[in-house]
Amino acid sequence: MRSGVYRLLGKWLGVAGYMVQYGCIAHCTLEFVGDFVVCKGPSMEPTIFSEDVILTEHLSARLNRISRGDVIIARSPTNPHHHICKRVTGLGGDKVKNGFRTQIVPKGHVWLEGDNSMNSTDSRNFGSVPSGLIRGRAVCRVWPLSELGKLSSVQKWQVER
Amino acid sequence: MLRAIAVGIPIGLTFVDCFGYVAKVEGISMQPALNPENNGKSDFVFLNRWSSRSFHYSRGDMVSLISPKDPSQKIIKRIIALEGDLIRTIGYKTRYIRIPEGHCWVEGDHTGHSLDSNFFGPVAIGLITAKASQIVWPPRRWQWLESELPDERIPLNLRDVSGRSFDSSEVIDLVDIED
Repeated sequence: MRSGVYRLLGKWLGVAGYMVQYGCIAHCTLEFVGDFVVCKGPSMEPTIFSEDVILTEHLSARLNRISRGDVIIARSPTNPHHHICKRVTGLGGDKVKNGFRTQIVPKGHVWLEGDNSMNSTDSRNFGSVPSGLIRGRAVCRVWPLSELGKLSSVQKWQVER
Repeated sequence: MLRAIAVGIPIGLTFVDCFGYVAKVEGISMQPALNPENNGKSDFVFLNRWSSRSFHYSRGDMVSLISPKDPSQKIIKRIIALEGDLIRTIGYKTRYIRIPEGHCWVEGDHTGHSLDSNFFGPVAIGLITAKASQIVWPPRRWQWLESELPDERIPLNLRDVSGRSFDSSEVIDLVDIED
């Protein structure tokens, strides 16, 4: 009788052990390698529409290898609980046009703009964003399936330095 | 053996990411709280990531954050003010500043020897990675790190009207005094 209980306990502990193991692997993958993000809002149209799901990778952000023209996900500088999805149009040291003014992006910061200039709250509103807030870089769209594929690329974003 | 490593690494990384880790403190910007002796020996603190996952911080907390100047570097400073507070700065481009939404003001305890918000301005709360909860090494320095603000750094909107310590000849807008 007792040995039966112990065997059951051992079996459940084994299951729990596997759950912890795979849970940790999943956590590490989603945190350090990449994950899927549901985008909401019109600020990246026509590149990304609301309710599109994109695949993002976190390695570029962690290794500070973000380039001009990349679409990135970052923590919002105005609310750390929210994330924003914008395109990097300027790196540290670049001169960017903001209305009538030209300003220089400080070192360690990036300038973000949504592709839908008319309908986007971005660096033109809240200023340069520290690169430490960037979480990941968008790789491609995975949903809707009819629009599967790479996001529009850099050609139209040749930024003057 | 290899399997043990393959299993251990994700579990270890998840533990460190969710709960916290021990880090060495370099520099003198947090004297006298950290590294008070100038003999080359550094304090090691436990950086608690569990308490910072909801981004709920109090004034006086000692936190580690990603430097706004260099995203590959982490710095350890004390939170002086949260969003909406009005404070007097030490050497910043404006004498007084109200902290914008989603930001906070951090300073090193060792005024004058610290690269902090007085240099780079308010920092986004999203940059804060962990709260330093105690000094764990060397053993004689083992202590809980208190979350307290020096009196002269308390934000202006939190000061008692009767105990005003700033110069009344300086012109500032009247601020609401919170209870």
